[in-house]
Amino acid sequence: MSEPFEPKIVAFVCTYCTYAGADLAGTSRMKYASNVRIVRLPCTGRISPMFILKALQKGADGVLVSGCHPGDCHFAQGNYHARRRWTVFRALLAFTGIPEQRIRFSWISAAEGAKFAELINSLTEDIRKLGPFEQYHELQTVIETQSTY
Amino acid sequence: MAKIGVFVCHCGENIASMVDTANLVAAISEHPGVEICTEYKYFCSDPGQETVKRAVREHNLTGVVVAACSPRMHEQTFRKACAEAGLNPYMLELANIREQCSWVHTDKDEATAKAIEITRSLVEKVKRNNELQPISVPVTRRAMVIGGGIAGIQAALDIASAGREVVLVEREPSIGGHMSQISETFPTLDCSQCILTPRMVEAVQHPNITVMTYSEVESVDGYIGNFTVKVRRKARYVRMETCTGCGDCIQKCPVKKIPSEFECGLGNRTAIYTPFAQAVPNVPVIDRSRCTYFKNGKCAICKKTCQIDSIDFDQQDTIESIEVGAIVVATGFQVQDTSLYGEYGYGRYKDVITGLHFERLASASGPTAGKIKRPSDGKEPETVVFIQCAGSRDAAKGVKYCSKICCMYTAKHAMLYAHKVHHGTTKIFYMDIRAAGKGYDEFTRRAIEEDQAGYVRGRVSKVFEQNGKLIVRGVDMLLGRPVEVEADMVVLATAMVPQPDAKEFAKKIGIGYDEYGFFNEAHLKLRPVETATAGIYLAGACQSPKDIPDSVAQASAAAAKILGLFSREHLEREPVVALVSDSTCAGCWGCVTACPYNAIDRRDITDRNGNVIKRVASVNPGLCQGCGTCVSFCRSNSIDLAGFTEKQIFAEVMAL
Repeated sequence: MSEPFEPKIVAFVCTYCTYAGADLAGTSRMKYASNVRIVRLPCTGRISPMFILKALQKGADGVLVSGCHPGDCHFAQGNYHARRRWTVFRALLAFTGIPEQRIRFSWISAAEGAKFAELINSLTEDIRKLGPFEQYHELQTVIETQSTY
Repeated sequence: MAKIGVFVCHCGENIASMVDTANLVAAISEHPGVEICTEYKYFCSDPGQETVKRAVREHNLTGVVVAACSPRMHEQTFRKACAEAGLNPYMLELANIREQCSWVHTDKDEATAKAIEITRSLVEKVKRNNELQPISVPVTRRAMVIGGGIAGIQAALDIASAGREVVLVEREPSIGGHMSQISETFPTLDCSQCILTPRMVEAVQHPNITVMTYSEVESVDGYIGNFTVKVRRKARYVRMETCTGCGDCIQKCPVKKIPSEFECGLGNRTAIYTPFAQAVPNVPVIDRSRCTYFKNGKCAICKKTCQIDSIDFDQQDTIESIEVGAIVVATGFQVQDTSLYGEYGYGRYKDVITGLHFERLASASGPTAGKIKRPSDGKEPETVVFIQCAGSRDAAKGVKYCSKICCMYTAKHAMLYAHKVHHGTTKIFYMDIRAAGKGYDEFTRRAIEEDQAGYVRGRVSKVFEQNGKLIVRGVDMLLGRPVEVEADMVVLATAMVPQPDAKEFAKKIGIGYDEYGFFNEAHLKLRPVETATAGIYLAGACQSPKDIPDSVAQASAAAAKILGLFSREHLEREPVVALVSDSTCAGCWGCVTACPYNAIDRRDITDRNGNVIKRVASVNPGLCQGCGTCVSFCRSNSIDLAGFTEKQIFAEVMAL
């Protein structure tokens, strides 16, 4: 391959902090890699590990989960639930064959546009080094041929 | 069959210069379910919105995607347009191809490809959107104010004067709070009692205000517009209805040597007592733990003395349940315990006192009738040393924050002392003089220039007794050398800290608090009066250290917020709430523990004979704020979040 590999990254973010932070990066005209696709949710507490698995199956090479800083959650405790869920989920990742580096968990507030841009750039770089997540994408083909879900 | 309309906005050049909109339109037009896809320079403009509305009507669209700016910018604009065209406003999604695409990328091909994917995924989402109706909640137009200090009194008066009912709850036997303990107020030297007592009387006499003293909030249930507050009315052992406040019982009570809380221990009270002479209501309470009758069944002198038989030893605490639509929390502060500063000798030397003690000494209604007498021997102190920041701005031992009022009241104390003891001298050890406020800097200058307040910049390392004098050893930073002052009395400007039970109380009523225990506002700058719990507001020093003008201002602001809420009989809110599927809910109650708002209850499903077949989770749409934490928690996929359903999100992800 002559061209560098362009990974696809799906970001699950909460609307109050990280989505607003991404908007701020935009209004401040900061530039970052175009590899990220943002899925807006009310709160990181809404993010089910199934979203992450589904995104990876459907062709994402990396996933970002980002919400409000601890203590700043618009919904008081949603991000704490997300953090706990991530801790448990992370322990399962090795078992499911997903390298932990493909999933990034972070806090980005509505004021941290620059942090969002930096994070996307560094994450894109890291995932690029890991290469395409083909083994897992292939699973999707298996699932599609074998089940109706 | 879905008929989706997609409207690609150029936003002038903002989007069109980085995204090939023609390409985007071409790609989206071919997407299954897309009925119409057009582009325009400004869809948010009047003609732009008309285009959307016309398309909705002409094509009978079932959903709309506007590929433009952030939904945080124009979601409401296009929801309104959809509604005007007869489409449910929640059948709309905004594809953010400006803030999160055209503005942040530099390669047109990449940006276009990304815009296509974003738009496509939202078309897939909108296909699965459901028609939602805003939730309408009735509003009980009665407010509760918790805390009867100056902030609570002000909030209650403002709400009541606007014609709404208020219940003012105070846990002490009288309203008035800390302000009633203060002698004079800065920067005007108004007598505190003189400006406060009329307000207290006005509150208790106001036809719209019900004052509940000696009462505490037990629990708060419900949600904005519909709270149920349980209030414990502690037994006074004195009948409120008949007592005339003559005070005979207090005179005759034989237990006289109880240190008075109101006088900070500088004076005594009896077992049956009112905290201070101007108490409102002027009805005494019996301190059960000190009363001889309650100890051994003998005495009852108060009962024999009372000519109208108002003493009732059999009274019990009662719990009253009150329905209110909004709550103001104005529970105030306490003075920090200074015993952690052993080097200052507080507790060891009687003449080392706090600022609040000094207020009582200077107060005309205080234990010394306004004469400055030192507690140890009642002599007039000739030299008084004030130590500022005795607790504040001290990360090591005290609190990190500035208590905000101490610079001003120390200057005031120095002035009051100079006015009362003409030959006396004052020394004030300070770090900085923080006198920001209307008339404040002028006030501290007056203390220095007219009343010879002797400011010494520096900290005190030790206070010790020698030959009947208190030796204050410190440093004068400006002269760069150690100093020792022989003092007769030392006054510590202790920190303002949250009430001892602030955190417990916050948990009880469901509001947040910071690392110290001060209650959290919804937004420090833009929503300083509201809490994150809709319908609960803050006023006064329970939020952060505040002086009287700030507390009063915030109380009026809270009242204004509540009157705004009470201007309508119903409250409309976003229908983004969780819904439970009764048929699959297994009743594991995982969601109940996950919900930050206690919005999920257990509900019985019964057959026609009333037998319980099953218990399921049930979401109270009034309480639910729509975070969706319960949805991802549910083990059986039995809860979903309107507007962000599993179906919608998976479709969105699958299309990326």
